[in-house]
Amino acid sequence: MKDNNRNWVGKPLPRKEEGRLLRGRGKFADDIKIREMLYLRFVRSPYAHARILKVDTSRAEGLPGVVGTLTGKQIEPLTQPFIEIGPEPCAKIRDFPLAVDKVRYQGEPVAAVLAESPSLADDASELVQVEYEGLDPVVDAEQALKDESILHESAGTNKVWNGVFEYGDVEKAFREAAQIVNIDRLHFHRFSSTPLENNVVIGQWDPKDDHIYYWCNNSFPSFAIQFLAAHLNIPIDRIRVQTFDIGGSFGIKITSYPQMAVCALASKKAGGRPIKWVETRSEHMTASAHGNERTFRDTRVALDQDGVITAITSRHVDDCGAYPRYEPLGCVIWSQVFPGVYRFKNARIDFTQAMTNKCPVGPNRGYSRMQHLWFLERVVDICAHELGIPADQMRLRNYIRPEEFPYTTPNGCVYDSGDYPKMLAIAKNLIGWDEWKKKQAEARKQGRLIGIGIGTTLDSGTNNFGQSQIVNPHAPFSGNSQGANCKLDIYGEVVVAVGSCPQGQGHETTAAQVVADVLNISPDLISVRTGFDTERNVHTGFSGTYASQFAVSGLSAVHGAAQKLKAEMKRLAAFVLETQEDDIEFGRGAQGPELRAQTKGKSINYWGLANIVNVNSAVLPPEMHDITLNCRYIWRAPFKVPDTKKKYGNLTMTYASQLHIAIIEIDRDAFIPRILDYVAVDDCGTVINPAIVEGQVYGATAHGIGAALMETCVYDAVGNMLTSTFSDYTPITAMNMPKVKYGHIETPSPHSYSGAKGMGEGGAAPVHTISAALQDALFSSGIIIGDSFNNADTLFRAMVGREIYQADKLVKLERRA
Amino acid sequence: MPKTAAKAKRSLKPKEIVEPAIARVPITVRVNGRPYSLAVEPRILLVELLREALDLTGTHVGCDTTYCGACTVLLNGASVKSCTIFAVQADGAEITTVEGLEKDGQLGSIQKVFGDCYALQCGYCTPGLMLSTYQLLSHNQQPGDKDIRKAIAGNTCRCTGYQNIFKAIQVAARSVKGG
Ligand code: FES
Ligand code: FES
Repeated sequence: MKDNNRNWVGKPLPRKEEGRLLRGRGKFADDIKIREMLYLRFVRSPYAHARILKVDTSRAEGLPGVVGTLTGKQIEPLTQPFIEIGPEPCAKIRDFPLAVDKVRYQGEPVAAVLAESPSLADDASELVQVEYEGLDPVVDAEQALKDESILHESAGTNKVWNGVFEYGDVEKAFREAAQIVNIDRLHFHRFSSTPLENNVVIGQWDPKDDHIYYWCNNSFPSFAIQFLAAHLNIPIDRIRVQTFDIGGSFGIKITSYPQMAVCALASKKAGGRPIKWVETRSEHMTASAHGNERTFRDTRVALDQDGVITAITSRHVDDCGAYPRYEPLGCVIWSQVFPGVYRFKNARIDFTQAMTNKCPVGPNRGYSRMQHLWFLERVVDICAHELGIPADQMRLRNYIRPEEFPYTTPNGCVYDSGDYPKMLAIAKNLIGWDEWKKKQAEARKQGRLIGIGIGTTLDSGTNNFGQSQIVNPHAPFSGNSQGANCKLDIYGEVVVAVGSCPQGQGHETTAAQVVADVLNISPDLISVRTGFDTERNVHTGFSGTYASQFAVSGLSAVHGAAQKLKAEMKRLAAFVLETQEDDIEFGRGAQGPELRAQTKGKSINYWGLANIVNVNSAVLPPEMHDITLNCRYIWRAPFKVPDTKKKYGNLTMTYASQLHIAIIEIDRDAFIPRILDYVAVDDCGTVINPAIVEGQVYGATAHGIGAALMETCVYDAVGNMLTSTFSDYTPITAMNMPKVKYGHIETPSPHSYSGAKGMGEGGAAPVHTISAALQDALFSSGIIIGDSFNNADTLFRAMVGREIYQADKLVKLERRA
Repeated sequence: MPKTAAKAKRSLKPKEIVEPAIARVPITVRVNGRPYSLAVEPRILLVELLREALDLTGTHVGCDTTYCGACTVLLNGASVKSCTIFAVQADGAEITTVEGLEKDGQLGSIQKVFGDCYALQCGYCTPGLMLSTYQLLSHNQQPGDKDIRKAIAGNTCRCTGYQNIFKAIQVAARSVKGG
């Protein structure tokens, strides 16, 4: 951290957030009560695809305690459809927060009921009668692309976007290949990281000042207000969004702006009374947001004699559910990690996104990159097995080498730093690789199926929003930024505000650590504001908490603001103490932190400085009037707009990496896969707070293990969601979570001021790792793992039913040499 | 009562104070040592009573099928999911919520250990987990790995991956035993 002390950064400091959270005094959105508040309940579609013939709210309105109802037809003339990020024809989609003419997924809101209590709102919602006419649902993306049943007539197609990402000389690489592996189909399943706290919105459209006030748990409020202002026809500065403690988001809570819109409109209708909507878990499961589902077709891999991959071609079909919303950004975001951790230079990926009659997707932890990274890891393992190369050797032959960093990928992304072979060595050591290899061989003799799998993955952080222009050249976004403010308050307190919107990542703590090192004081003396508030005026259009970036964008902003404050304090102190600025030292006196003139033996404390600027300003000469001790700093990422035609450019600032190894045994009788041992090695550059980083790694690992073995969003053929409760979806519990061995290395990023890389999403490493381990256990019985979700049922169908995963049907090896 | 279409279209009904037609049932509970007598709708859940009527918002709700344990409290010393019990069933009971774990304004030992071990991130699951831990340690001061897992099997945490929670419970067990 070049110019600073490092007394606090890098230490596992206890989190500032803990005091209130441990006492049950966290302030979560549902804890907030406001006078005159009404409760909103949605009436939702039981069908996946149907025309709305009639919505009759009269019986609901007749119930005592019901204050009003709202339907799609009523809000359509009052609002603009939500902004569509994608180009034509999808820009023609008319997306309203309550269905107007049609419903397009099970659980889509059709009407809202407002009542004096939550239970009355429940009762009333059941009295709303909706007549539907069923339409053909389409739940499979490839089927949807046939356009036999269209979701959005105004768009005329279910295709959201298509683009070809081609780099290098693919044809030549295939001509020269010694061996080619063809893989027919791979599929990444739909799941959701389901934060424990559901979405909550309190919205008030206050007639007194014509402002809209939100108290909620949206995790990307500055994005939400851009959608809301355009939709509600209100100047953006009249929308105030506040968040407090948030019970997890993992990206899912970015997409609560439609519900936020309904709460504002309902409040307006109710004469300005605040409206509270608390999502139930079933609503969350059916109708908040899921992660993207993706199918990989006709993959061809060119390799040389030694198993070094020289080219890949493939066709990817992504399923974004019924409305693109935050999508189609996912159509390009995967290309931040285009070659994964591998060196191949030639590739052609034909990428298409389609809409289906399922819940819209959102930026779920590992968003859009994890699908692609899983695909690449599958490719590597399938090739390794086909060619008889051990999985670790296959990786070492193909990894980008440590000496190649900063490494420019075929599509122009610059990987800042990394050392994958070292991580592999550490992971192998931690798990006892050689021992397990022996045990595996012995177990095989006894007929037991043990698999050892490696997953290498990337967590790209701080994205360049310019990549949106690859999807839509007219998209008005590029770069990335974050704001922060650092001030001495009137009595000299150090107060920090930042535009992030944390959900347990400890931002209050790490921000204080950074400021503490700048000012050379204890983090205890620093107050960091909780949550997000538009009226703190520290947000930019990109402010929020998403895309693994706080350590870079958030802390760079905090650092910049603290530096500014420090410079002002120094100048002011030099004036007061009648000395030169370089004579000033930041130290600690009998009454707390102070600034000393080293040559004069005089000092002034923070209160003294703040006093002069705030309430004693007549002593300040005019040339000091620019000193406010209230310093706002906007950090901007050094990005350029990518070349949209070539789809080339740097799309992300930092690349944290993870290397996991899993040992799995498949029970021969029950087909249950059981994790015997697990190791996770992480590299997120310079670490700000090791305890927080370790916690993020464990959390992302649990999400990945859950997703690989237990958690999947299941739809039947007509679009009924079969996993609409936690009891069906079964989020991973303490009973299923193995002990995780943790290791880490630090390859400092040359791209961030501190050497830190953003982290937290984790790249879904366990999903790749577990697929790899299962395949390792089963490859000798002719099975390859073709799906990211595997439970006893899948394995039974593969091993006994022989219906799926049959290597001889799905994979073809051509040897040329 | 049927309504005319015109009536139903009114944008807003005049404000009215509504007493639900359902008769309320009087109950008495002691929560964190403090007695309360109040009348509740029979359909109100214990968690709603705590959060809404008593404003004890440290007890959370995370699901609707008794899965997640965010709502865990102690009812007469036994941990229960307060979303799965009616408030009227708690009549006469002694209830402990997270707000009752503090001792004289200081963090209780389990709270302290959870903090020291980084056993929480967003903190939404934490009150429930600490109460399940409390229940475990009141029966078993030397819990093994299996006992710990079983004791919190009904408490979902989406952030921590449970690793530091396992650690915290082990440390808490040692401190309970030692103290
Ligand atoms: S809220 Fe009670 S178990 Fe989930
Ligand atoms: S800490 Fe967030 S759910 Fe456990």
